[in-house]
Amino acid sequence: MSNNFEDKIRSYSTAPFDARFPNTNQTRNCFQNYLDFHRCSKALSAKNQDTAPCEWFQKVYKSLCPNSWVTKWDEQVDNGNFAGRI
Amino acid sequence: MAHPSQLGFQDAASPVMEELLHFHDHALMIVFLISTLVLYIIVAMVSTKLTNMYILDSQEIEIIWTVLPAIILILIALPSLRILYLMDEINNPHLSVKAIGHQWYWSYEYTDYQEIAFDSYMIPTQDLAPGQFRLLEVDHRMVVPTEAPVRVLVTAEDVLHSWAVPALGVKMDAVPGRLNQTAFIASRPGVFYGQCSEICGANHSFMPIVVEAVPLMYFQDWSTLMLEDA
Repeated sequence: MSNNFEDKIRSYSTAPFDARFPNTNQTRNCFQNYLDFHRCSKALSAKNQDTAPCEWFQKVYKSLCPNSWVTKWDEQVDNGNFAGRI
Repeated sequence: MAHPSQLGFQDAASPVMEELLHFHDHALMIVFLISTLVLYIIVAMVSTKLTNMYILDSQEIEIIWTVLPAIILILIALPSLRILYLMDEINNPHLSVKAIGHQWYWSYEYTDYQEIAFDSYMIPTQDLAPGQFRLLEVDHRMVVPTEAPVRVLVTAEDVLHSWAVPALGVKMDAVPGRLNQTAFIASRPGVFYGQCSEICGANHSFMPIVVEAVPLMYFQDWSTLMLEDA
């Protein structure tokens, strides 16, 4: 039990400070990581490579972005009317 | 929480709030001293039978009452700026929580690991248990670990709201379409209350915020429980 707990503490992490977005307004931080995840996935799968490196972006946007935004954007991506360039 | 006929701030539960409290004490003491001096001078001027018609100017006192206020202002400005920059320091948070304002409740999302998301409604007055606080209690509190830097991302789904917890020294506007970041460290375990701080419609006064700070072990237990309940 304590081993499990210590493992959890060590791996416990959230989206770190991003120097590109140092201020209060983190909207772009969330959106940028969402874009980067999709662009990374698209680029790597186009070359038939493993998309594991893209998981970082997903981890960050999942930590930062409200679920409703993510759901809305996912829907738009699926429907082909997402405003960002992927 | 706030007490009836309270005069000062609530007890600080975060290092930043402690600093703000001490600064306020410092600035208020200066204000009291100056006010006392001015009041004394007014009373002295008004209550004397002496008259003086011959003093036209005086270089010395003019210098004193120009330089001394400048020094006092610097003595206020320096701690103020220190705290301002302290609040802006880069901190690497251990946990990110999203606080989303709705009409008329808050919802909290903890998505660093797995999905924990829940709504937090005020407990209506008729449903309060004995000892609970009217207009302040909620059904699901926002639980955080003590001594850990927590990042709160505040936004709103409909109209403007504002997420405020005075004991933690935190207030951040919730703007639809915008993600505002604030951070705090809960120095001690406890339950800290706040209220929505931006007018948002009929039940603006009835969507409180409750942050419960517990040691990390209990936070782990709580998050496991919340995942099972989901």
